[in-house]
Amino acid sequence: MSVTLVKERYSSKVGEVVLGATPEQGGTRTATVTVGGDSALPFLQFEGQMLNRPVIAMEVTDIIPTWNDTITKQIGDVINDPAAWAQKCVDEFGADLIYLKFDGADPEGENRSPEDCARIVKEVLAAVGVPLVVVGCDDTVKNNEVMTAIAEAAAGENLLIGIAEQDNYKSIAAAAMVHKHTLIACSPLDINICKQLNILINEMGLPLNKIIIDPTVAGLGFGIEYVYSIMERARLGALANDKMLSMPIICTVGYEANRCKEAYSTIEEFPGWGDLEDRGVLWEAVTASGVLQVGASILVMRNPKAVGLVQKNIADLMSK
Amino acid sequence: MLIFGERINGMFTDIGDALRNKDPKPLQYWAVKQEEGGAHYLDVNSGPAIPTEERVAAYEWMVNVIQEVSELPLVLDSTNYNAIEAGLKVCKRPAIINSCPAEQVKIERVFPMAIQYNAGIIGLTMDKKGIPKDAENRVAFAMELVAAADEYGLPMEDLFIDPLILPVNVAQEHAPEVLESLRQVKMLANPAPRTVLGLSNVSQKSPDRNLINRTYLAMAIASGLDAAIMDANDDDLVDVAATCQILLNRSIYADSYLKVFRTR
Repeated sequence: MSVTLVKERYSSKVGEVVLGATPEQGGTRTATVTVGGDSALPFLQFEGQMLNRPVIAMEVTDIIPTWNDTITKQIGDVINDPAAWAQKCVDEFGADLIYLKFDGADPEGENRSPEDCARIVKEVLAAVGVPLVVVGCDDTVKNNEVMTAIAEAAAGENLLIGIAEQDNYKSIAAAAMVHKHTLIACSPLDINICKQLNILINEMGLPLNKIIIDPTVAGLGFGIEYVYSIMERARLGALANDKMLSMPIICTVGYEANRCKEAYSTIEEFPGWGDLEDRGVLWEAVTASGVLQVGASILVMRNPKAVGLVQKNIADLMSK
Repeated sequence: MLIFGERINGMFTDIGDALRNKDPKPLQYWAVKQEEGGAHYLDVNSGPAIPTEERVAAYEWMVNVIQEVSELPLVLDSTNYNAIEAGLKVCKRPAIINSCPAEQVKIERVFPMAIQYNAGIIGLTMDKKGIPKDAENRVAFAMELVAAADEYGLPMEDLFIDPLILPVNVAQEHAPEVLESLRQVKMLANPAPRTVLGLSNVSQKSPDRNLINRTYLAMAIASGLDAAIMDANDDDLVDVAATCQILLNRSIYADSYLKVFRTR
């Protein structure tokens, strides 16, 4: 007995955003990376098209991070040199993008100057050919200075810079507009604030295809299902022609998954939890694959072994 | 909720004069102004300004001058089906035919034309004898139009049932019947036909036109109204349509939802 598939038809799709710029376009990347463009729910390729596969940005910090040993030992000595570390991520681990996080700019910590941060961005740009995502520190005042300097120093490269928030978006949005970068618009697990922030940024003059949504993911076991429901509403809105929710989504999986006890506690502390090495990899990989199912376009990850698992997951899901 | 801007109608002096003098500017002015107000479609009606023998040429002219300045799709409003056809011939985008009552002769003229030109149809729940009072009788006429859509192969979403609202100051007993008709029309087929009202009719000759219009619009949208021929430049009225989208959970809320509703 033959069965006719009942297919949904949507009136619109997720917008496409291009990251990076080649020499012809005013930058120095060997190739750009395009995300978004889905015309159906994630991976339902019998109902629509996924023009671009989800991509993985591997996280590189400007100071040596306090990450768990199981991750840092996979990275090795290069962890004290952002440019070399970025190179290893691309050459050995297959990263599609590099996510450069300036924890060192924190006034309470290293207090790295905006000029110094800009210098490091240029070093990393010289070391790899993939597009860069560049995010500052958590101090909003310092961050505005740092990101303005970086945006100017890397003008023409079409970095993905972050973050803009509802209470602090004007300075970084202006930097993105003037120096032609793309902007991460971050909301605290709130779809209404997410939409409003996109409206405000667009009103300033940044085009819709220069915005990436960060809904603030949570790690597995710590609210990921709530993240899922928000991302699902955003995706359905995009497919129903809501232009203010039509942007591709970035998820900081590495940060959130590794904050969970389950990702760093030893087997001695919790014998029932099993071996930490596998556990850490799986916590990050499963957080990533969960948000992949609901439309994540850019996954920011730390653990190279987890990256390997998710790359295979994406390849399997994208095959028709 | 679709807004069909009502202003390009020969009943209005400026449009009537423009039609008689073949002056495109007032039509073009109102096309652009209604789009800015938030119109999704533009209703185009020569009204009584043009004598019958000139109507066919007039509709072709109106469509052409409007399409010079606006990319909005059009609703061609006339009882003269040859004039509508002349307009359909030059429409760049699928249009909507306004309108066809539940009368066999007219159905046979209009439905094949809609299929030929890939147009939608506004179907009126009335016949030669006039507009019925009860919801039951309105819905019976709607059923005839739904059957016609099925017979001629018109996609059900391209049929807009108009249960015909009458002025509240003289025929207020129709107002609740129209709301009930909107609810019941949705149950006639799956997928259901869409619904539309000529909203301004409800407040004809009342002093409180705007208040009556926007109150009835909210009530009608909650009862299943999909489109309204209305004043696209009445900001309070358009705001009501935008707010209904939020309150029916059809559009995700953002503080600037009123502004975003109007952007195309």
